[in-house]
Amino acid sequence: MAARDNHGPNPPNGGAFSVIGTPLRKVDGLAKATGEAVYTDDLQLPGMLHAKTLRSTVPHGRIKRLDVSKALALPGVHAVITGKDLPEKYGVIPWTQDETALAVDKVRFIGDPVAAVAAVDEDTANEALELIEVEYEKLHAFLDPAEAAVRAEPRIHDEEKSNVSKHVRLDFGDVDQGFATAEAVVEGDYVFHGTTHAAIEPHCALARASADGVLTVWSSTQVTHYVQRALAKVLGLPESKVRVIQPALGGAFGGKSDPFSLEFCVAKLALITGRPVKMLYTREEVFFAHRGRHPMRMHYKTGASKDGKILSVDAKILIDGGAYSSFGLVTTYYSGQLLTGPYRFPAYRFDSTRVFTNKPPCGPKRGHGSVQPRFAFEVQLDEIAEKLGLDPLELRRRNDQGGNTTTINGQRITSCGFAQCLDAVEKASGWKERRGKLPFGRGLGVAGSMYISGTNYPVYPNAMPQAGIQVKLDRSGLVTVFTGGNDIGQGSSSVVRAIAAEELGVAPDDVRVVAADTDLSPVDLGAYSSRVTFMVGNACIDACRKLKRLIALAMAEKWGVDPSRVALLHGEAIDTQDATRHVAIREAFHVAEAKFDTLGSTGSYNTPKLGGEYRGGTIGASPAYSFTAHVAEVAVDVETGRITCEKIWIAHDCGRALNPLLVAGQMEGSAYMGAAEVVLEEHAVDHRGLHQGPSLLDYPLPTSLDVPELESLIVESIDPEGPYGAKEAGEGPLHPAIPAIANAVFDAVGVRLRELPLTPMKVLAALEKKKAQGQLAHAAGVR
Amino acid sequence: MLRLPKLQVVSPATLDEAVAVLTAHGDKASVIAGGTDLLPNLKHRIVQKELLVSLDRLHELRGVTVEADGALVIGAMTTLDAVSCDEAVRARAPALAIAAGLVSGPQLRRMGTLGGNVLLDTRCRYINQTHFWRKSLGFCLKKDGSVCHVVSGGSRCVAAASNDTAPALITLGATIELQGPRGRRTVPIDELFHADGTANTRLQEGEVLVSVRVPAQREGHRGAYVKLRSREAIDFPQLGVAARVDLTGGLVDDADVAVVALQARPVRLKGIAELVKGKREGSEALAAAIEEVAQRAAKQCRPMPNVPGDHEYRRLMVPVFVRRALVAALASADLDSKEPSRAND
Repeated sequence: MAARDNHGPNPPNGGAFSVIGTPLRKVDGLAKATGEAVYTDDLQLPGMLHAKTLRSTVPHGRIKRLDVSKALALPGVHAVITGKDLPEKYGVIPWTQDETALAVDKVRFIGDPVAAVAAVDEDTANEALELIEVEYEKLHAFLDPAEAAVRAEPRIHDEEKSNVSKHVRLDFGDVDQGFATAEAVVEGDYVFHGTTHAAIEPHCALARASADGVLTVWSSTQVTHYVQRALAKVLGLPESKVRVIQPALGGAFGGKSDPFSLEFCVAKLALITGRPVKMLYTREEVFFAHRGRHPMRMHYKTGASKDGKILSVDAKILIDGGAYSSFGLVTTYYSGQLLTGPYRFPAYRFDSTRVFTNKPPCGPKRGHGSVQPRFAFEVQLDEIAEKLGLDPLELRRRNDQGGNTTTINGQRITSCGFAQCLDAVEKASGWKERRGKLPFGRGLGVAGSMYISGTNYPVYPNAMPQAGIQVKLDRSGLVTVFTGGNDIGQGSSSVVRAIAAEELGVAPDDVRVVAADTDLSPVDLGAYSSRVTFMVGNACIDACRKLKRLIALAMAEKWGVDPSRVALLHGEAIDTQDATRHVAIREAFHVAEAKFDTLGSTGSYNTPKLGGEYRGGTIGASPAYSFTAHVAEVAVDVETGRITCEKIWIAHDCGRALNPLLVAGQMEGSAYMGAAEVVLEEHAVDHRGLHQGPSLLDYPLPTSLDVPELESLIVESIDPEGPYGAKEAGEGPLHPAIPAIANAVFDAVGVRLRELPLTPMKVLAALEKKKAQGQLAHAAGVR
Repeated sequence: MLRLPKLQVVSPATLDEAVAVLTAHGDKASVIAGGTDLLPNLKHRIVQKELLVSLDRLHELRGVTVEADGALVIGAMTTLDAVSCDEAVRARAPALAIAAGLVSGPQLRRMGTLGGNVLLDTRCRYINQTHFWRKSLGFCLKKDGSVCHVVSGGSRCVAAASNDTAPALITLGATIELQGPRGRRTVPIDELFHADGTANTRLQEGEVLVSVRVPAQREGHRGAYVKLRSREAIDFPQLGVAARVDLTGGLVDDADVAVVALQARPVRLKGIAELVKGKREGSEALAAAIEEVAQRAAKQCRPMPNVPGDHEYRRLMVPVFVRRALVAALASADLDSKEPSRAND
């Protein structure tokens, strides 16, 4: 690891932090609250056309006939494109590029894009869609992943050998020996249904092809850089002629981290028509674009010693991928690779298979690939505790592998505050006094988790930095920071601002952040894998310290002192050993500019070499891991089977909380999102291949009345490599919510639910079964 | 965003004018009140109209009045929010106030009207979807198609009445005031509906719902409405149960239970009063009788897989929610005692 990548956890001037650690409002908070923020769909350009997509009405079929002539003849229609206009394949993972912007020969799910129309307005475009004639030869539709795993024909992707999208099996340690010596072995099947992100802003893209050959695409994306690369590839343009800009974004959660059909369509239509073209997805289309959480059928077997120490874990997972690969290769690895903490696994094996099905494609949703196994495993841990007669929280404490260690699959763990997380939720929830002692129908459950702060796997292999920053100092005293980091509401631009203000001694209001414009900002890979704070944050410190060095040299020369005595603090450059020497920061900028010319710098970050020495060993290898523990309290209405999650105590180790307000916001947002996945949300496709209600009426996001009370307990383990010791906070805190609620249901009513969502019907069925067993046992006892 | 079709909107100044316009345009026109049901249906192309006749300017259609005999007359354009918050409604017809307050969420209750909820179009998981979705399905009986996806081989649309206020109004014995090209008529609300999911009201061409009249309830009237739904707001009922219990001297005199979100019309349960009549409030006998009512309800109600929600679960919930509705009604005495002074006018 280069020196530029590690800056230590301490304040830049020794002593205390001035900005870091204070609860600051987000840079875009006021603009969003007042309606001033400009989202992609707010953009209007002169002569702009509106585009719409024709979508497949069959789940699997070959296109026999596609005639767009009538649509093209409709007055007001400027262009119609089909798969033959955009045949080049793309996909976020370079090895599994199996998507085209519009169907070429085949359609693979109901909602798969087939054609796109650009017209003077949306109504004309919609009318034109109705005039497109398309005939399909229907093919057998794979809607059950188990069938897709064993049946290779018809293939959903002709280029593949079967309908298996990815298979990964990895063995660590002697799993079978572990079970042989175990005191308690629990084995069971667990089901995670599908869920989606449902960001409030639907996907939207606007393209303009300028006379000078530059294509500009504004898009609601969280991966500007990848979209630029994909557009260049598909359209056959040099990357230098493609500019991608991310305007204000209304949420993403992983649902905007692929290149999407509409980005290519508006670009192509703009190139054809010479007019700006915009496309905004309807809410229904967002459900088809999907990339939500993969449904998983999981079989877990865990063995533990008498004192509750995990000895061996064996997992077999079937992953329903939907119609395309998306991030699926990574998902398949993550489903196994990210389970090896916070608990020590002496032996571990996983065997994960992702299959293609004729459904909207799955992808990364907050807690990518690891939320589902975490649910299964944390419920199974509770079953182990039950079997051994141990307190489930104590069992987790006993298995905590702590920090500065290496996991069984070769992941390097540095800082770890998991023990403090457990302590915090135990104390705050009154666990010791209340768990197992609440009246029937009310219970507490616990779960823990670990998550990555970015990984050292840069999606496309290259030796360049994963994150870059440019800083420009203005004579006015303004600091402008250019970052490729996508602020998707998680606050990455706010983090960048706070770091620049801390380093350069200016007020946060005197830092402006220019983000996610490929013409203006240096490359950052995007907002995914919880990488931005860690990587962009470090790059920002790097860039700022280079500038600070120049200012210190210039001031030191002016004052005739050693540069090490110059500090930038509270809007001034000061001599730390002579309080009479101080100038306003802009004066210091002037002195430095006079000496060194125009002031600017770049900073970068790249991960150290990480991961196990085996194929796939780098996937899930992170420079730092966050840790979380939740305790959930539920009330179960035994008559209706309804579970009400009343409260979640969330303890999360985020290294150092750069902005505790943002950290708590991420913790609460994560926990409530997870809680909703337990009892409400289900992204389901029926036996016809039809989505079961692609609307916000039928897909029940929780209302304010459905959200539990949330209490955030920030744990700061201070990471040795994170920016000032920070780690991620945006995804990790989601994981334990789901198993903690399931485990609380067990404490409340004594039934173990292993299939999500935990519907009232499942609760009632389990209660009924338990009652019948109880009566049987009672009858047996009497006899 | 889904687009509204191109259409014209007129806002007549008088009710007569509204009726005339509606009559002249026949089925090409529709009344629009709050629009919370109509606009999504237009966007989904479930309802296709060329002209919307807005009742917005007809101020006489708004508001709650208490007549000399104690009856409530509620203008059709009174918002659901206003109905749910109105002190006279809360005191005299608690089931209606509760039901109106449980429709959707606050924003839609401030747009949606009582008349609109009474005349709410029937709902089904196979109809309340976009045109694209329904096309992929192959359409259905209610619109554009010839098959029913709820009842295989079914020839009659079973989209469910989903109007929360209707069962409450049935238990209250409400009547509906309609004005049409042939003048005014009054229809008992129970007779307004029939079991045809394609169009479940007997409204005639050109008719406008003017008001809902809730007759004065007996002294000792108790009422409630309970609703099964996934979330605590927004959702349409997966099951809705209204109950009325009349008490005299602590004894049950009469009772009535009506259920919605089962089939195309709201259903009044049969033989309820006889089970609870003469039972004393708070007695074990009444509790046992209520349990009998719940069991009888379970036999009479057969939820179908029409609206969202597991229909087997909805079936199991019938006795639970019928019991809860009766228990809640009996507990509604507090509302009764809070009778505001204007009721004595």
